[in-house]
Amino acid sequence: MQEVKKSSASAWLVWLILIPIFLAIPFVLEKGISQYYLYLAIKVMVWALFAMSFNLALGYGGMMSFGHAAFFGIGAYTCSLLLIKTSCPLVLAFAAATFAAAAAGLIIGYLSVRIKGIFFFATITLSFAQLAYILVFKWRSFTFGDDGIQGIPVPEMISTDETYIKYYFFALVITVICIYLLWKTVRSPFGLMLRSLRENPERAVFFGMKVENYRLIAFVISAFFSGVAGVLYAFLETAIAPDILFWSMSGEVILMSVLGGMHVFLGPAIGAAIMVLLNTFITSYTEYWPLCLGITLILIVLFFPGGVAGLIHERYTIWRKKKAT
Amino acid sequence: MAILEIKGLRKSFGGLAAVAGVDLEVQDGHIDSIIGPNGAGKSTLFNLISGYYPCDGGQVFFKGKDITGLTPQKRVKMGMGRSFQVTNIFPKLTVFENIQATIIYRIGKGINFFSDVRKYAAEEIEEILSMVELIEQADDMAGILSAGDRKRLEMGIVLATAPDLLLLDEPTCGMSPAETSNTIELIKKIAQDKSLTVLFTEHKMDMVFSISSRITVMNFGAIIAAGKPDDIRANEKVQQIYFGENRCSSK
Amino acid sequence: MDFDASMLFVQFISGLSRAMILFLMASGMTIIFGVMRVINFAHGAFYMIGAYMAFTLSSVLTGPLGFWGALLIAPTIVCAIGGLVEVVLLRRIYEKEHLLQILLTYALIFVINDGIKLSWGGEMKIVTLPEVLTGYVTFSGHPFPIYYFFIITVGVLVAVLLWLLLSKTRFGKLLRASAEHKDMVGLLGYNVGGLFTLVFIMATWLAGLSGAVIAPTVRLSLGMGMDVIIECFIVVIVGGLGNIWGALLAALIAGQIYAFGILILPNFAMAFLFILAALIIIFRPYGLLGRATQA
Repeated sequence: MQEVKKSSASAWLVWLILIPIFLAIPFVLEKGISQYYLYLAIKVMVWALFAMSFNLALGYGGMMSFGHAAFFGIGAYTCSLLLIKTSCPLVLAFAAATFAAAAAGLIIGYLSVRIKGIFFFATITLSFAQLAYILVFKWRSFTFGDDGIQGIPVPEMISTDETYIKYYFFALVITVICIYLLWKTVRSPFGLMLRSLRENPERAVFFGMKVENYRLIAFVISAFFSGVAGVLYAFLETAIAPDILFWSMSGEVILMSVLGGMHVFLGPAIGAAIMVLLNTFITSYTEYWPLCLGITLILIVLFFPGGVAGLIHERYTIWRKKKAT
Repeated sequence: MAILEIKGLRKSFGGLAAVAGVDLEVQDGHIDSIIGPNGAGKSTLFNLISGYYPCDGGQVFFKGKDITGLTPQKRVKMGMGRSFQVTNIFPKLTVFENIQATIIYRIGKGINFFSDVRKYAAEEIEEILSMVELIEQADDMAGILSAGDRKRLEMGIVLATAPDLLLLDEPTCGMSPAETSNTIELIKKIAQDKSLTVLFTEHKMDMVFSISSRITVMNFGAIIAAGKPDDIRANEKVQQIYFGENRCSSK
Repeated sequence: MDFDASMLFVQFISGLSRAMILFLMASGMTIIFGVMRVINFAHGAFYMIGAYMAFTLSSVLTGPLGFWGALLIAPTIVCAIGGLVEVVLLRRIYEKEHLLQILLTYALIFVINDGIKLSWGGEMKIVTLPEVLTGYVTFSGHPFPIYYFFIITVGVLVAVLLWLLLSKTRFGKLLRASAEHKDMVGLLGYNVGGLFTLVFIMATWLAGLSGAVIAPTVRLSLGMGMDVIIECFIVVIVGGLGNIWGALLAALIAGQIYAFGILILPNFAMAFLFILAALIIIFRPYGLLGRATQA
């Protein structure tokens, strides 16, 4: 009992420090340094949400999806198209976008979890996500094809025309809510089911679990939150192109999760921060960003499969053991 | 009454008949065993009974119902629990969570997104953990347990499905003699306390004869003898094929 | 658009040649998976190397040697790279999770794509054909490139050779056995490491060959690897995982679907393939010729 009290007290302390920091960030960055850094901070947030949504499937469900860019992109496109082509209010467009992403998750997920085996899951997610890309790319009359969508009419309330501060708080609130929901999910009975079937689907079958159903539910939740991230992305950039559904986008989010550490809840967020900053830095020097991406991924796979958070966790455990003896 | 009844069960892989027409009955409340050399088809038989493989022919009755075509999940729900020869647990969950996951699923709370999982079913988990003597290790990762502890954890997982029939595939494989006799006592005690029926496969002869009410001997996918321990001991065919060797499969 | 018989025949032949390329790719991929339990995401990237190598070689080698030399040398270079990748990278993680193995081959796509961009530049390339193969055959007014018949010949030849290899040699029997029972090779006491390297070299050779063969019919671009790999996935899923003849059957079907689908919906012919794949997944999950135990 003592320990529980102590940990909740320290949790309060963490919040007490974090909240003022998050409140101060936009003013310090935009007023103090440059608007561009605030833009980057929001970008990190969006990608962190995307990576953590993705990691519900990968890290907790053991499902390596190679097609999550589709859900991100479908979210972004649905919302943008609704705002451009109809006079639908923001809330409705936002909701429709996330449900469209979840629906796509249901279809791709249904096909992917039907057949046992990692081959099918990997190939089906990649292929059908690429189908979504082809449709968006080629269906000019509806999606504007490879021209993309420019000048998405972001409502005045959260517009980024003059300052990113308004949008920062909008994105922050939504990201925090989503991450909180994800946190509740992984700590819930459902989360335990998910981890157990990640660890050993065979054993799960033989305690009676209908493994496919659980995988599908997790996949749809993951797609839903990826859609939210997609909408936040569209508003931030105010312009989108079919590229955001391309297979290499799925690769980026995979790398974020693996780099940050897929077995730690906040790992993918760490990975997202590193990747966004690295991307900004590297693309200003060279156009060979994918090469760096690929090499990083290979190095992680070979030498640090636990990712950054895994590494920290490992060091911490060793340090604690040393301290104890 | 027979809780489990098997009629003419068959399964082949490629050209090899792994189980070639097996008939078997297990009476309610008994502890029965299946013995036979490696490759005799014991594990395949278990896989057919539990629904791991579809069978090529024959029928399986459980509690009087034909379950031949049912999914493993449905069989678990009807009260059939099994362990595996190569221990099958959740290595990166704690011992506590291994049992908890099983119970949560059984009581139908698997699809619950918002409550905190930690408080669930603590009492029952403790009961099961003390039954399989793992209460001390409750917070350890299952993957770091010793081989014997892991075997007992798997038994705990099976018990957490609240089974009436326990199928144990070589429950003492890889254990030291001391651990083995401890486990035999454990199985006996659990079966008595929870009034379970047990069917297990085994290599270690002493264990089989001391605990079984009825022994079935398999070789080349078929049953070559079945009966009380004394009858089996006296059976010439069994002595011929089996008593020369006494080994645990080296996995 | 008129759908007279000769036109349909032209589409049929073009579908057949497409099918052959798909078969060359899918057979390699399915053999790799069957034996090594690894999905080679980079299979399309190896195909791309084959195509770009063919481009360079056919312009470097002059005279009658040119294209024919390229056709022989390009796949050999590709399979040398493939062997290197297996020995240096893949071999290090066979003991680890499948997830990591897949990720590694996936990462290779990025590296190889950018490697090609680095060496050949991003602009499109065109491979010229030797004169023998440049002509057209005319079917009642519809001109048809001879080269397509050449592709079909290559495909049939490889299929026959594969059949001989698989059914008549020890190596082939080993491959089939291990595709059906994954522990088989180890159980029989064969040198698993050597077998894996050999399989990977063979499959990447096939990928390199298909790249070199297709090169003169398309404009080489950096996206070509991914396009083919996805069709290839669909072929493997439809045909049945680990089944080479299933891959052949599925490739033939996919080729025709594409060839005729393009007449109906020019921009979305690919979509028909996906519909086929979805139907197979729902109604015949283990593919046309596959069996449940192979998954």
